[in-house]
Amino acid sequence: MPYAEMMVKPMREEVSRLGVTELRTVAEVDAALGPGEGTVLVFVNSVCGCAAGAARPALALALQHTVKPQHLYTVFAGQDLDAAARARSYFADYQPSSPSVALVRDGEVVHFVHRHMIEGRGPQAIAADLVAVFDKHCSPQGAARNE
Amino acid sequence: MSGQVFHPGHEELHGVTVVVEGASGYTWVGRYHERTDRGVVLHDVAVHDPATASHPRQAWIARLLKFGVRVDAKHLVIPTPETLRITRLTEFDAGS
Repeated sequence: MPYAEMMVKPMREEVSRLGVTELRTVAEVDAALGPGEGTVLVFVNSVCGCAAGAARPALALALQHTVKPQHLYTVFAGQDLDAAARARSYFADYQPSSPSVALVRDGEVVHFVHRHMIEGRGPQAIAADLVAVFDKHCSPQGAARNE
Repeated sequence: MSGQVFHPGHEELHGVTVVVEGASGYTWVGRYHERTDRGVVLHDVAVHDPATASHPRQAWIARLLKFGVRVDAKHLVIPTPETLRITRLTEFDAGS
């Protein structure tokens, strides 16, 4: 059951102010994640403690890196139910968990950060992992277009 | 203590995905909630029954690590006598 929007709004804003576009409807998800080229990050936001204490701060740190995905999106699990389910259908091989992060390149999931890879870890460690993934999969040209 | 406790007052493993190895040979992977008089309470649990599983435990764990925890039971209590060892999923050595 979704939480009251007034409680969730700051959690949404913590991500959107990083330049990450929030997808709140199925149509928005399809428009963003449908067939296309390039690198796409999808951050599955959550109300849970490891999103607040680890995942969102880690995302903020990682996105300070010069190399990053060309397109940055977020859906909110447990809140925007249809949009989150639709987003997960684009990485259906991976079991749903939240928070989580999917990195898609040319329509293929090349890296997935599950909740179990976030729990109990600090933001710096998670961000370091994300930065390594960005360096591996996201071209400098992609970063330039994102700036 | 190395990890963050998500909710003050809970055990260190609260909210963390763990592997529970059972005396019966069963293995459970789920989010640790608490230990009570009845046993260990897990949420969103994947169950490995060595008698019926299509993969040996090591391969099953490896798949969970890559693709995530496929939930077989929303909530489970593993009785204390059954609980041999509890390990964080990310620290679990499937060969041990």
